[in-house]
Amino acid sequence: MSETTLSTILFLLFVVGTLAITFWASRNTKTAADYYAGGRQFSGVQNGLAIGGDYMSAASFLGIAGIIALSGYDGFLYSIGFLVAWLVALLLVAELMRNSGKFTMADVLAFRMSPRPVRTAAGVSTITVSIVYLLAQMVGAGALVTLLLGVTSSNGKALTIVGVGILMIVYVVVGGMKGTTWVQIVKAVLLMGGATLVTLLVLGHYGFSLSGLLGDAATQSGKGAAFLEPGLKYGTEAQGLAGKIDLISLGLALVLGTAGLPHILIRFYTVPTARDARKSVLWGIGIIGTFYLLTLVLGFGAAALVGSKTISEQNAAGNTAAPQLAKAVGNLIFGEVGGTILLAVIAAVAFATILAVVAGLTLASSSSFAHDLYAHVFRRGKATEREEVMVARISAFVIGAVAIGLGILAQGLNVAFLVALAFAVAASGNLPAILYSLFWKRFNTAGAVSAIYVGLVSAIFLVVFSPVVSGSASAMFPDADFAWFPLSNPGIISIPLGFLAGWLGTILSKESNDAKFAEIEVRSLTGVGAEKATPH
Amino acid sequence: MTTQHHDSSVYEEIGGSERFQELKRRYRSWAFPMTVAFLAWYLLYVVLSGFARDFMGTKLFGNINVALIFGLLQFVSTFLIAWAYNRHSLAKLDPLADELRHEIEGAPSGEKEVKA
Repeated sequence: MSETTLSTILFLLFVVGTLAITFWASRNTKTAADYYAGGRQFSGVQNGLAIGGDYMSAASFLGIAGIIALSGYDGFLYSIGFLVAWLVALLLVAELMRNSGKFTMADVLAFRMSPRPVRTAAGVSTITVSIVYLLAQMVGAGALVTLLLGVTSSNGKALTIVGVGILMIVYVVVGGMKGTTWVQIVKAVLLMGGATLVTLLVLGHYGFSLSGLLGDAATQSGKGAAFLEPGLKYGTEAQGLAGKIDLISLGLALVLGTAGLPHILIRFYTVPTARDARKSVLWGIGIIGTFYLLTLVLGFGAAALVGSKTISEQNAAGNTAAPQLAKAVGNLIFGEVGGTILLAVIAAVAFATILAVVAGLTLASSSSFAHDLYAHVFRRGKATEREEVMVARISAFVIGAVAIGLGILAQGLNVAFLVALAFAVAASGNLPAILYSLFWKRFNTAGAVSAIYVGLVSAIFLVVFSPVVSGSASAMFPDADFAWFPLSNPGIISIPLGFLAGWLGTILSKESNDAKFAEIEVRSLTGVGAEKATPH
Repeated sequence: MTTQHHDSSVYEEIGGSERFQELKRRYRSWAFPMTVAFLAWYLLYVVLSGFARDFMGTKLFGNINVALIFGLLQFVSTFLIAWAYNRHSLAKLDPLADELRHEIEGAPSGEKEVKA
């Protein structure tokens, strides 16, 4: 049996299994709290796993391993930003949000401000961030199938994107948050299992000597000691000062973006209490941290055992380094059959990874459309719960269809920058609005609306005129040149702008509501009046 | 699903109480400085990765250099801070928060239960 057949079979097993869970979950999905928040019945451990499943995207599994395999140490910078970011969520956001919100990020803002303008702003931002992120994953899925299943025609890629899109729509429309959460839990277990297995085999091959592995990776890369130091990819000496500032800009967006990502924020609502939200973030940090330590070994392992030439021949960005490593190390230890099996397993895990993340993104954006824009802005809070859930399902379908269409259109373009852009928008617009509304008494509607729109627009505006969109060989449009902004990452400008706009908007408006702030403060810290779990 | 609603006066009264101010102080005086600290520690790492490459490339033993150890220390500090925050919450925040919540939710005045 060939590896493509085997990985297709394994992947189909995952699909059948998760679809069964989704339909099972749909039997208990009746109320809005069921659809949006899984009835708030998940335990801290379950939600911790789901957080891992929601967060560890193909960009971090395949992308970071690939960056390390080709550019060495610099991939590690990404992992560290992605991990440290969880402390912002743990210390400042998770519990307070669970106590004061209901279904979406906007609930927390609308609590003490004029609901329609802030819900509109938060809804627009949620849907933009989610679609940007979604697009990166869909294009990634198309690229992955080319490399792993040997599909090379653009029709074949388009078909994969349609397939992934349809599955994600089914998970979300049928299973709601409950179905999506279980898909993420299963994926997290598979991903951790697969990554641990390959890591142990690689380390075993080097007699569990990290130094031995690193030495071999440095030699094989042809770059020597520089391969183990920062500077081959981000802020290279050739890029000069701008490159180094770009590195810091990326670091800021990564560390501040996570606590503003809508699909991550809604995970805090799926547990019964704020204490479970804390517990789930603690588990999430443990799982995600361990995973990034594993990718370090996977990346350097691929550099040592596969070699950068073989990796970049398959994919210039190194996205297939992890699956290629699985095959190489399997061949070394178990012979040809072992290599085939291991490659098939890792390829199937990679697809599962994409599916779980895109489902989370579709759920977050459709929830925000139905709950924020439809129910509270268009219908001014008069929509029934049934109506709201129906609109959520329809919008999940529409957003899924849009993502499929954009994914097919963008499949030939280099859209790797979209993940960093999603983090930059979340850090520039959403994070200031959330932090100010939880901690700043004077904060008001004008401040919240300014922070979100200024953060969102400035991040996207700067990226449009940056070298990742035009004016360079690796740009999204390599033939055009309208780039004047020197950095690829807008965070270092757009994040302070978002915070500044939130402050300025607030002090320029007279509105302030001390009583409402007293209420959100007491509720967020004590849990009084927090949404309860649906009874079993 | 039952949701409780309170007059806003209850919140202002509790919010102004000494014990709530103590809870708020215990939370903020831990979380805020710690956030500043871990962000500074992380930024130091990023800035050194960009501007102090010779230092980061210094070999410590075998092929293990300062950059790798510095990166791994970021993992260690993240795990430790998460653990310490949980400990702080269990010991200093949760009991006081529970006490205040029971008091408000048990208070008969200014409260009505609404079936949602």
